[in-house]
Amino acid sequence: MSAVLEVSGLKTHFFTHAGVVKAVDGVDFTVSKGEVMGLVGESGSGKSITGFSILGLIDQPGRIVEGSIKFNGDEIANAPEKKLKTLRGNRISMIFQDPMMTLNPVLRVDTQMIEAILAHEKVSKQTAWERSRDALGLVGIPSPEERLQAYPHQLSGGMRQRVAIATAFLNKPDLIIADEPTTALDVTIQAQIIHEAQKLTKQTGTAMIWITHDLAVVAGLAERISVMYAGRIVEQGGIDDVIDRPLHPYTVGLLGSVPTANRRGKRLFQIEGMTPNMLALPKGCAFGPRCHARSEACNQQPPVENIDRRSLRCFNPQPAAKVVK
Amino acid sequence: MTVFIIRRMLQALLVVFLMSVIVFFGVNIVGDPVYMLVSPDADQADIEAAIARLGLDRPIWEQYWLFLKGAAQGDLGNSFIFGEPALKLILHHMPATMELAFSALILAIVIGIPLGLYAGLYPDSRISKGIMAASIFGFSLPTFWVGLMLIMLFAVELRWVPATGRGDLGSFLGFQSSLFTLDGLSHLFLPALNLALLKISLAIRLTRAGVREAMGQDYVKYARAKGLSTRRIILVHVMKNIMIPVVTVMGLEFGSLIGFSVVTETIFAWPGMGKLLIDAILQLDRPVVVAYLMIIVLFFVLINLIVDILYSILDPRVRLQDQGA
Amino acid sequence: MSDVTSDTALAAAKSAKVETPFQRFRAEFFESKIATVALGVFLIIVLLAILAPWITPQNPYDLAQVSVMDGRLPPGSEAFDGYTMWLGSDGSGRDLYSAILYGLRISLTVGLASGVIALLIGMAIGLIAAYAGGRIEAFIMRIVDLQLSFPASLVALMMVAALGKGVDKIILALVIAQWAYYARTVRATALVERGKEYVEAAQCLGISRSRVVFRHILPNCMAPLIVVGTVQTASAISLEATLSFLGVGLPQTEPSIGVLIANGFEYMLSGRYWISVFPGVALLLTVVSINLVGDHLRDVLNPRLRK
Repeated sequence: MSAVLEVSGLKTHFFTHAGVVKAVDGVDFTVSKGEVMGLVGESGSGKSITGFSILGLIDQPGRIVEGSIKFNGDEIANAPEKKLKTLRGNRISMIFQDPMMTLNPVLRVDTQMIEAILAHEKVSKQTAWERSRDALGLVGIPSPEERLQAYPHQLSGGMRQRVAIATAFLNKPDLIIADEPTTALDVTIQAQIIHEAQKLTKQTGTAMIWITHDLAVVAGLAERISVMYAGRIVEQGGIDDVIDRPLHPYTVGLLGSVPTANRRGKRLFQIEGMTPNMLALPKGCAFGPRCHARSEACNQQPPVENIDRRSLRCFNPQPAAKVVK
Repeated sequence: MTVFIIRRMLQALLVVFLMSVIVFFGVNIVGDPVYMLVSPDADQADIEAAIARLGLDRPIWEQYWLFLKGAAQGDLGNSFIFGEPALKLILHHMPATMELAFSALILAIVIGIPLGLYAGLYPDSRISKGIMAASIFGFSLPTFWVGLMLIMLFAVELRWVPATGRGDLGSFLGFQSSLFTLDGLSHLFLPALNLALLKISLAIRLTRAGVREAMGQDYVKYARAKGLSTRRIILVHVMKNIMIPVVTVMGLEFGSLIGFSVVTETIFAWPGMGKLLIDAILQLDRPVVVAYLMIIVLFFVLINLIVDILYSILDPRVRLQDQGA
Repeated sequence: MSDVTSDTALAAAKSAKVETPFQRFRAEFFESKIATVALGVFLIIVLLAILAPWITPQNPYDLAQVSVMDGRLPPGSEAFDGYTMWLGSDGSGRDLYSAILYGLRISLTVGLASGVIALLIGMAIGLIAAYAGGRIEAFIMRIVDLQLSFPASLVALMMVAALGKGVDKIILALVIAQWAYYARTVRATALVERGKEYVEAAQCLGISRSRVVFRHILPNCMAPLIVVGTVQTASAISLEATLSFLGVGLPQTEPSIGVLIANGFEYMLSGRYWISVFPGVALLLTVVSINLVGDHLRDVLNPRLRK
């Protein structure tokens, strides 16, 4: 499989007057054609910033300070705005968390879909309208002609997110970055949306980065998973390897804190401590202060190691850790 | 909808009635116009004759009742000074005021919105900081003082335009206005600019705040992620969102322009109803003062009523609530 | 949500530094050079006004000290009594520098007095509305909305038309024109606070209304009230000057800055600019400095705009 996206050594920092926030601090990953990768982490771990960095949508006071982002072999980190514009929404699309906030409230759905096509292709408005209508049909929206004339607030949350997904697929992109697209939705709607997204990636061969804090969502959707903590990927590998046999204590903790049906009555695992202060990260491994397996060595930054079909940043892997399922 | 309009109208009527009570009793408790109108060497009989003629010998509630009865028939009493009906006097002076206020509103929109847009898009540029500093001055400087400075600079020192008065009137489509002659425009320029200054600042601030808020919204980031041109993002996505509130507020300000024209008209000797009011206050010409204040109250109540109704029709979100969807 | 990541990180960063809210406020306020200078200018103006009797060459309203022979002298002329009139003199021979400082006393008194009284009344009414709730609150807010649909300048003008001239009447007119702004501010805070879950929770626990009003709403509306208060005081000063200029505010016997400017107006077209311009500059410095301070206060105290 050829790589659609290769990110290596990516660092995106925010230069605030309180200090430098290293929101993304040395992230490497690769997404292959048609592959779905889950990017998992708590809020504040830098997963959304990673997504925005790929699209070059980092606002002041932040910027990409180091690293490379290769899209289809082409370097796009800190590329000129003109070049990025031809990629955004065209080769790389993005789906946001809250469709209520992302669809412009005063513009009709058709306006917002058609403009996404016309920004990248010279086709007639009529053609663009027909493509928009077909795209809405594909994501399971009934009577798409009517929906096209609606304003966003006239649609339900799930419906709006379907519109966003349809818009993302409009130009048949190579990669879609979905930033917590189901977090704001009801669980039942969530399942439908995931199903639609999965179906479309299969049909079109589009690769996808699915950003979420919810391991349960990724488990059924992604082929590979990257777990982020405090701006770094701490564990990365095939979905089955990581979920069944997590090695990093943080991954172990995350998995342990997911409530499941066959664990009823048992106490949920809890990661002790709080998410770290990004301005004053602890020396060495950022997870150190919360880690039950920490040792002397953890005062140094653990390097990325490849063990057991995955890459890992930890001095004390937990191969024996039993995750109760 | 109809219920809403009727309720609003009843409220408006109540307001007008309450204000008539406040205005009438307030104005009629101050000063004694008789001593201004009767020559100092008049004897007691002359004074009493004058009092009887002006109806000042009756109890004040009876005077109010007569006033109310007259007001219902469009008769707000006769001016003590001119002996003419007060309403007629005011209506005669109204076109000049309207012309001034309207020109000022147009100036404010045409100058203020583009400046505000620029300041909102590039908040850190020097030009924007200059625009914002100027707008603080525009807010802080008392209108009358700016008027004096304008006269001194443009009329006394530079002699570009006349200092005071209204110029020749031209006729266009049956409207008589100084907008249609060169001499009229040259007389109109300074007072209109003077009156507009505060509203220009307001338009700048409203637009800038709106743009800055909109630029931080997810729908703008989403529009960028779709690869739209900056032009389209600003002109369609941002402007469409902020134009509704900005234009509504500016429209509401029309009433306040008419109120403020009192100052401008006095300085520039503009023969409008504001100058008439000040003259009437100074000469204790009560009927004219009462009539002016009643007209202004009516005017404001009407503007608010229209804006309320328009707003509920225009804003798609308000409209929807009304349909119960 | 797009910036959740950086926001939470920043919030965490903020809380890391341990400092009292007041210290942070002070530090952030003096971060702006413009606001610091403006505050300095305003304090100097206040000081000059207070010290006027001791630092001016004449009391411009003591007829014994004023000579008509000094009338309309340009800036820098020497007065009959021997001192220099740096800012010239007005039509009746008063030294403008002295007249301006004495005028500032009146203008500032009127502005501050009406500002403070309006704040107290508006706050009290706002709190009563918040405490009473229900119909009383709806009724009070209806009146507030109604009054706010008229510009303050117009309300003040209507009031002086009805009340007549004089310091007490002007203050009353300004209070009536401005109380509603404060009431609205209190009410806005009350709405926000009441919507918060802890207040709902507190009510479920049976905590009294007065506790919610005085412990939650009152402290939380102080910051916005201060901001509104600064801006409204500046506008009160400017409004008084406007009314006095129009001849419907203060009488000649209470010569505020506005009265001075009005007196100079007739000389303006004949080129004797100083009689109007210098009092005007004094007014401008006062109003602009207060507004600059208020503008910056708004930025510092408004958590939404805080970076």
